[in-house]
Amino acid sequence: MKQLKSFIKKEFYHIFRDPRTMLILFGIPIAQLLIFGTVIKSEIKDVHIAIFDQAKDETTMQITNKLLSSGYFILDENLSNTAGIEDIFRKGKVKEVVVFENNFEEKLTREGTAAVQLIADASDPNMARLVTSYTTGIINDYIRKLNPNLQIPLQIEPQVRMYFNEEMKSAYLFVPGTMALILMLISAMMTSISITREKELGTMEILLVSPLRPSQIIIGKVLPYLMLSVINAFVIVLIGHFVFGVPVTGSFILLMLETILFILMALCLGILISTVAKSQMVAMFISMVALMLPTIILSGFIFPIENMPKVLQLLSHIMPARWFIAIIRGIMLKGTGLLFVWKETLILVGMTLIFIAVSVKKFKIRLE
Amino acid sequence: MENDKIITVQNLVKKFGSFTANDNLTFDVYRGEIFGFLGANGAGKTTALRILCGLSSPTSGEVKVAGFDIYRETEKIKKNIGYMSQKFSLYEDLTVSENIQFYAGIYGISPKKRKEKEALLLQKLEMTGARHKLIAGLPLGWKQKLAFSVAVFHDPKIVFLDEPTGGVDPVTRRKFWDLIYEVASNGITVFVTTHYMDEAEYCDRVSIMDAGKIEALDSPANLKKTYNAKNMDEVFIQIAR
Amino acid sequence: MKTILYILQKEFRQIFRNRTMLPMIFGVPLVQMLILVFAATFDMKKIDMVVVDKDLSTTSRQLVAKFDGIPFYHVSQAVMDEKQAEALLLNGESDIALVIPANFERNLIRNNNGQLQLLIDAVDGNSAQLIYAYSGQIISSFNKNLIAHWKGIPEFAPPTQVKISETYWYNNELDYKWYMAPGILAILVTIIGMFMSGMNLVREKEIGTIEQLNVTPVKKYQFIIGKLVPFWVIALFDLAFGLLIAWLVFDLPIVGSLWLLFGFAGVYLIGVLGLGLFISTVTDTQQQVMFVSFFFMMIFILMGGIFTPVESMPHWAQIADRINPIFYFMKILRMIILKGSGFSDLLSEFLALCVLGVVFLSLAIWRYRKTI
Repeated sequence: MKQLKSFIKKEFYHIFRDPRTMLILFGIPIAQLLIFGTVIKSEIKDVHIAIFDQAKDETTMQITNKLLSSGYFILDENLSNTAGIEDIFRKGKVKEVVVFENNFEEKLTREGTAAVQLIADASDPNMARLVTSYTTGIINDYIRKLNPNLQIPLQIEPQVRMYFNEEMKSAYLFVPGTMALILMLISAMMTSISITREKELGTMEILLVSPLRPSQIIIGKVLPYLMLSVINAFVIVLIGHFVFGVPVTGSFILLMLETILFILMALCLGILISTVAKSQMVAMFISMVALMLPTIILSGFIFPIENMPKVLQLLSHIMPARWFIAIIRGIMLKGTGLLFVWKETLILVGMTLIFIAVSVKKFKIRLE
Repeated sequence: MENDKIITVQNLVKKFGSFTANDNLTFDVYRGEIFGFLGANGAGKTTALRILCGLSSPTSGEVKVAGFDIYRETEKIKKNIGYMSQKFSLYEDLTVSENIQFYAGIYGISPKKRKEKEALLLQKLEMTGARHKLIAGLPLGWKQKLAFSVAVFHDPKIVFLDEPTGGVDPVTRRKFWDLIYEVASNGITVFVTTHYMDEAEYCDRVSIMDAGKIEALDSPANLKKTYNAKNMDEVFIQIAR
Repeated sequence: MKTILYILQKEFRQIFRNRTMLPMIFGVPLVQMLILVFAATFDMKKIDMVVVDKDLSTTSRQLVAKFDGIPFYHVSQAVMDEKQAEALLLNGESDIALVIPANFERNLIRNNNGQLQLLIDAVDGNSAQLIYAYSGQIISSFNKNLIAHWKGIPEFAPPTQVKISETYWYNNELDYKWYMAPGILAILVTIIGMFMSGMNLVREKEIGTIEQLNVTPVKKYQFIIGKLVPFWVIALFDLAFGLLIAWLVFDLPIVGSLWLLFGFAGVYLIGVLGLGLFISTVTDTQQQVMFVSFFFMMIFILMGGIFTPVESMPHWAQIADRINPIFYFMKILRMIILKGSGFSDLLSEFLALCVLGVVFLSLAIWRYRKTI
């Protein structure tokens, strides 16, 4: 027991003495939360537009004013012909051109209809869609106010209720995602690299001939990372709660238990990788390509899995992070209990057992 | 005799923080001799050698190597020296021939001359068959002989060897020293650090360092006489006690 | 000059002899282009809707049928009350619940006003908004048809009306893949440049060969250039390879000049490689290079506007982006590839890349010490 204690101490020294490791341990989760929380926003504000007003009458002026005073748009240029559109789009600043037809007001009052053309730079399709729909909304709103007494017959009114996230905060999405990513990073990538490193430097042999049993070596290797991971998970939940207002609606204890399960799974995966990898390069490569990328992309962290092609949807089933994210979203945001997440939990338990079984087998072979 | 001094060191001091690795070293090395730099591990041999190679700059003192000043003319010095480090330093993932091609290239040896010398060298080392083999697959003794040959391939005025024979058996070591003699007979000065005392016997002169200071400097024969010892081992034990 | 050639010859030999390099060079672009671009989409492909129809009238059935007829709506189970619908939202089986209250049809006819409820799972706020927008459109189009049908007018029109037509340039179909592909290409080139060059230099430190080089007359700049050029070539090759995949698989149109594209990439890479080499001069092991590069990469990529336009970011982030090389390159790639922007359109970006390149490269050469 004493030997194990001193061994674990050594592992902690390795981690805390290297500022670059600390950067990964605590810099990444904090930076990532802050960037997601404050920088990644898909709303529009101060979008540069250009206007080609062929009518230049009272109504088009008023619509222009409405657009510009909405806070969404900034007028960049008044065009005098359509030929210039190509040029300003190519410069990249202007995202939309609003074209009012000739005699706009006259047509509107006499014929009851006038035309506006919105030309959007769809090299960013999301942005283009947002910009045109905001513009359409503002123009329609203006026209509706021209006829305040209009009675529309047979009006169907949908009322909407946003469940679990009434203000539709993006933090509800990225806090669970970041947690999965960071735990995966620390538990799987760091353990696999640190074990491979000992193999490469030859220090693993020294450990193996020491009176420590192999199981103790493994425990000593993973225990520090387990503790750090739990601390990190805790910090992420705290920042999520106090900085971004993400609640923990369900049971906190259940959340922590599931988190520890996920960490164990990731640690076993890390050990498995280290038994396969011959060098740090290879361990890093496997961790990056096989773990980080899928955790970010195929887990539903940023992009909904349902939108993906079928093949990738199938592939996402073998991503542990996918199940973990579903579990913590359920517990944190929806307040669900084990009753709702038992399936996901079982899958994680199953993955853990498989990883343990395979790495024990591999490890034994190495020792013989 | 002044002209024949190829390395002059006066009052060389190197400090790492409060630790003094080289404490006021003063010595000269003459052209064409085999100069042994002896000392226990941590005595400051490697530090001094690295300063002479321009890998590290001294805290104070005057040093000239091949007539160039160590502070201002390190790049000129580098043209005139060869170096073989403790760590084996040929590229493991290149072949014998490719390593030679690379090092010859960066010293500006023409391809024609390189090919001639390469053929001669491999013949001498009895390694012609291994020409296109990766270094990684060669035995350690071969690698060391090759590393030494590559270090002197560009005919430097001085070659610095930092514990060149670590980890090889006595027979291989003996063969390695044959190579050193051959190089020295061609007029190349050899500056070698070691902690094998039998190797000290092969040197023209040796200096013995202890705790950052040079405690003795003379030919092995004179040293044995002065310390009234049967061999260099005894000399060393008396000094480093 | 000759010295540089010898260094280059050696580097290329080592790179191509390394068995993990070739899969990296060809595998990384393939995986990135095929998986990332396909996976990274906000386009809704499938919306699971649960219906609670308490009215069970002709109108309510027609409305449900309307939703059912839309390909990406999967109108699943009909449940009896909101409680059951909420449970389906809770376990994630449904994205949206449509609740049609009793007497919906009667209220619509008598009071001219029928109320519906949409309950949306908003854990993913973005998706929720899209689902709401789609569903709202469907309901309002249903409403229009209903009015037309019942009132016998072809299309109900208010007295004054503006006809708004929308034209989407450069990406008519609003294909999100066309937006992601250039962004992913930018990341690809950066990863290759930064990680590989940095790890390569540190590896020489780890195995000790760098000491041997340091006692040779090789100049600092010769060494750095020797380390830089191979990865510059590989990254440009990977850019071409990735572009080819994008063109073949996604029909990505390449409107602008390829020469210009690769010219910009060449300038950009000098900066990125410089940064990678700089990181390697301040670290001692491959592990550290990996960690430090990973940290910066992550911040650069997220801040660089891969998913969301930089214009939507807060002011401080936009200012911080001025030193973010990925930000410029992503913008440049999208502009040249999709819009055909020319050199004069990208002058300020070009200058910024030049400045960054000079700064990073000088840092690397300055920090690289031939002494220990």
